[in-house]
Amino acid sequence: MKILVAIKQVPDTATQMKVAAGGKAIDTAGITWIVSPYDEYAVEEALRIKEKRGQGEVVAVSLGPDRVKEALRSCLAMGCDRAIHLNDPAWSEADTLTTARALAAVVAQEAPQLLLCGRQAIDDDMGAVTAQLAELLGWPCAYWVMEEAVDAEGKTIRAGRQAEGGLEVFDLPLPAVLAAQKGLNEPRYPTLKGIMGAKKKEIRDVKAADLGLAAEPAQLVVLGLEALPPRPPGRIIEGDIPTAVKELVRALREDAKAI
Amino acid sequence: MAGAFWCIVEDDRQGMPKKVMAEVIGEAARLRGGPVEAVWLTDKASDAGLRLLGELGATRVWLLEDAAYAPYRGEVWAGAAAELAAKESPRAILGPVTSRQREFLARLAARLGVGLAADCVTLAMDGDRLVATRPVYAGKLLAKVAWARGPWVATLRPNVFRPVDAQAGRAAAVERPALAAPAARMTLVERREEASTGLPELAEAEIVISGGRGMKGPENYTILEDMARVIGAAVGASRAAVDAGWRPHRHQIGQTGRTISPKLYMGFGVSGAIQHLAGMRTSKVIVAVNKDPEAPIFKVADYGIVADLFEVVPQLTTELRKLMEK
Repeated sequence: MKILVAIKQVPDTATQMKVAAGGKAIDTAGITWIVSPYDEYAVEEALRIKEKRGQGEVVAVSLGPDRVKEALRSCLAMGCDRAIHLNDPAWSEADTLTTARALAAVVAQEAPQLLLCGRQAIDDDMGAVTAQLAELLGWPCAYWVMEEAVDAEGKTIRAGRQAEGGLEVFDLPLPAVLAAQKGLNEPRYPTLKGIMGAKKKEIRDVKAADLGLAAEPAQLVVLGLEALPPRPPGRIIEGDIPTAVKELVRALREDAKAI
Repeated sequence: MAGAFWCIVEDDRQGMPKKVMAEVIGEAARLRGGPVEAVWLTDKASDAGLRLLGELGATRVWLLEDAAYAPYRGEVWAGAAAELAAKESPRAILGPVTSRQREFLARLAARLGVGLAADCVTLAMDGDRLVATRPVYAGKLLAKVAWARGPWVATLRPNVFRPVDAQAGRAAAVERPALAAPAARMTLVERREEASTGLPELAEAEIVISGGRGMKGPENYTILEDMARVIGAAVGASRAAVDAGWRPHRHQIGQTGRTISPKLYMGFGVSGAIQHLAGMRTSKVIVAVNKDPEAPIFKVADYGIVADLFEVVPQLTTELRKLMEK
């Protein structure tokens, strides 16, 4: 069974974010880049499916500039068999729809039985590409997946998705798309052998023209980026606990009108 | 004439729109960019629900009522909504951030070939266009975005937009467009309900009480649940508490959990790691109780008490109960 995993390279959560000159993009100097955490759940699940079935291929794919090779290399070190890098200046301003169209074109070429993605990337937090891929491919899709099982014949996948008030379990005919939620698994750390082996694995560069795609303007346009306005300074309520608690309740009621 | 502002109805699966629709419909009306209409995909709408949408300010309800619309499946909803959008040419399509609308509106935007702005915290008309702001990079930055063309598709973060009051006497015309629900390929096997705590859901609660590593163990969350019952709050947890296995992941607040914006957030034994702040820093009022005066959460807190939570919580519950009984 062939599984494609779409991943995104994002700044590490702890990284200080600054706005670049021009005010429309981030200043990438000094950023530590990681594979978006939800995407690691997707990679891990793909590897587990392959291991459980005893055969198959797991292909990692990502769109972005040269630095993205490092993220793909991490996926190869975890155990993915090969990687595809959508690397073209035509995609430098890609929004979710442009990204989804490029990834959908790769999926069409590779024709996997299953496409796994993370629930959302933790940079722009749009959480849209997985759904848009499903729509463009015309494949069924389960979002926020907490558990899954592929049937013995590799014809359907049973997936449990997190919904308001419960877990909804669906059968989806393959090929299908799943968006991994935290709780699906615990991603492995690459072993030293994995890291060494990853250096020999293929990362294929793909240009927009290779997919028959022309440059297209973004549908969602970033007008500007700014730091979140700082919260007004807070107040530490001093005094013994009974006094402080009474004062907190009074302040919440009378000053903040929060209760 | 400008097209309508569509508000996609989130319901309680029992035929009633959820409370958050007062925020979405209220904001759509405030923008004055076009007539406000509700679009409701459901297996069964109630008369009370239809009446409520009118009283909130929808001038029309597009009711797509068919057994195929429940449970929610993106492949069914997106096809039906896209067909209706092609006929009616709405100017904007808005919905609350919920697990299903996150997927649904992304699919619909792809189907229509237009942009999507998810998890918006402000919307404004700027001349002839809609401009939105949305937090990015763990809430460290705010992005201002606009659409290359319409319809403008956006999801709105709950508890951020001011809800409109229902006004008796306002009524919506109910339209039942003749659309066949697209065929579904995914089929529901089972739904496992969570044990009901009687407390509100984390994503839309107006008050959230959160416990972190300082709670010391799963058994101690009962003191937070006791307080939550007194003031009608939801109970959440930090990643540390979830990763320790004390609380289920669906209770996690933060970058790899839920993003919430309640009117009041109270954190007990929560240190305030960046990834937790990402999930709650847009709360209106933040209270922190922690033994460690250096805990980063005090930097974003409006009110802080530096003390042992196990001493503070029972007394606070008692005081809150007195207040509620008044």
